[in-house]
Amino acid sequence: MAKIESSLKNMILSLTLIALAASAALGFVYEVTRRPIEMTKLNKKLEAIKAVVPSFDNNPDQEMFKLPTGEGDSLEIFPARKDNEIIGYAVRTSTQKGFSGYIGIMVGFSPDGTIINTNVLDQKETPGLGTKMTEPAFKDQFNGKNPGVFKLKVKKDGGEVDAITAATISSRAFCDALERAYNTLKKGGLI
Amino acid sequence: MEYIIIIISAILVNNIVLAQFLGVCPFLGVSNKINTSFGMAGAVTFVMVLATVVTYLIYKYILIKLGIAFMQTISYILVIATLVQMVEIILKKISQPLYQALGIFLPLITTNCAVLGITLLVIKKNYNLLEGVVYSAATAIGFGLALVILAGIREQLDLLNVPEGMKGAPISLVVAGILALAFMGFSGIVR
Amino acid sequence: MSLIKQFTKGFFRENPTLVLLIGMCPTLATTTSALNGLGMGIATAFVLTCSNVVISLLSDYIPDKVRIPSFIVIIASFVTMVDLVMQAYVPGLYETLGIFIPLIVVNCIVLARAEAFASKNKVLPSFLDGLGMGLGFTMALGILGTIREILGSGSVFGYKFIKGDGILVFILAPGAFIALGYLIAFINKIRKA
Repeated sequence: MAKIESSLKNMILSLTLIALAASAALGFVYEVTRRPIEMTKLNKKLEAIKAVVPSFDNNPDQEMFKLPTGEGDSLEIFPARKDNEIIGYAVRTSTQKGFSGYIGIMVGFSPDGTIINTNVLDQKETPGLGTKMTEPAFKDQFNGKNPGVFKLKVKKDGGEVDAITAATISSRAFCDALERAYNTLKKGGLI
Repeated sequence: MEYIIIIISAILVNNIVLAQFLGVCPFLGVSNKINTSFGMAGAVTFVMVLATVVTYLIYKYILIKLGIAFMQTISYILVIATLVQMVEIILKKISQPLYQALGIFLPLITTNCAVLGITLLVIKKNYNLLEGVVYSAATAIGFGLALVILAGIREQLDLLNVPEGMKGAPISLVVAGILALAFMGFSGIVR
Repeated sequence: MSLIKQFTKGFFRENPTLVLLIGMCPTLATTTSALNGLGMGIATAFVLTCSNVVISLLSDYIPDKVRIPSFIVIIASFVTMVDLVMQAYVPGLYETLGIFIPLIVVNCIVLARAEAFASKNKVLPSFLDGLGMGLGFTMALGILGTIREILGSGSVFGYKFIKGDGILVFILAPGAFIALGYLIAFINKIRKA
């Protein structure tokens, strides 16, 4: 038990000392981990971009710019270049229309607007149902399709997309995210 | 309209205890009588909403401004601990019977993961102050709801023949699980 | 109590989750797979051990009235350290565990051991107490995580042994409650036998 009595002076002194020591220790750990954390975040982004566009030799993250979607928000566009030529755009798109809300997707478009590949970044859909959107069986059907001619809606809504069985809402949300990305690029005159 | 969605989502769809697993300890500890459950829910609501306001302000106007966001955990838990002390003092003055009934569980609100959890979630979900208050109040109601329902069921269970090994925590957990299953039925309400 | 007993009591006789029934929230939330459960357990064990040691060292110098706030600051510091380190070096696990990492600070186990044991005992017993309880907690989470993963995903430590999905409810909320309930009932049976 405490050998020191609980006088006001002692209480304030000990609390202050502990708080100072704690802050110092934490400040130290924070500084040490700051760069690694930044690197990890950057790597994660670059990995996501690499997965959806052909191999590039620029730094898409440094050249990132935002374009308005027309719905009040904007999306991050990461241009990919090789030998100074644009070979694709990775768009960090999203939708709030998932069964459990937010879904974040990185989708790569070639300069003519064809979808190269998609990479689901964040989703909290129902395991075994909506989560199947991350599997090739569902998401690969978009590869090579150009939303200019390919109807980006589920078959139930008159489109050409095969929805996940029993996960129509998740499937619709996925299409919504892709459509927003395409429209944003179109509005920006890039495709 | 946004607020209605936040409210329904917090109480039913993403019930803090039954879906997000926050506040389980008091959930199991206090819910054997309906009266104490109401009292606990009231105290938690008060602390939760107040804590949300104070921690939000601290985060936006002190932590971010000074670039010490990593002090979030420490500052938040200290705020909560202080608020709980205040509630204890106030309750002792205005309602001795309730104070006695809640007993050890009152200081335990400090360690109620739901309270700290909500203050963290408000920032994570990017709510503004008003949305945060609505969210935390609704969450507290959801906590109270789950608590009172379970208390009602447990009062009934006390009169029944529960197998020896299942008595106490196990049967309460299984009942909570079935309750959680029922609440999952609410998932389609809000998109 | 001998030092060995100090260390091992956290595993069986006084296992925090399965016997003392504290620290439920992270137990239910993070055991969707064996690895997640173990990761959470180890992070908690680290905080528990470190805070027990520091509190044991300092408790003679902390006035009684400011005991709890001091403990909280110490515990919260270690939690933040674990948070930052995990964010930097194991981002996948960090994102899966989400807010439950900062929530270690209100894990009843940590504060309870600090209050009930570390503040009243010397450093070595406190260290062993924290480590034992932490590892016992990890073990419980590992067991529950494995059960839920086998039943819910049909896999063990990420290796699937069935095609398709398992009994999905086990990796969702209701399954957590039910699985833990039966696990504790089973442990109760063994203890009575």
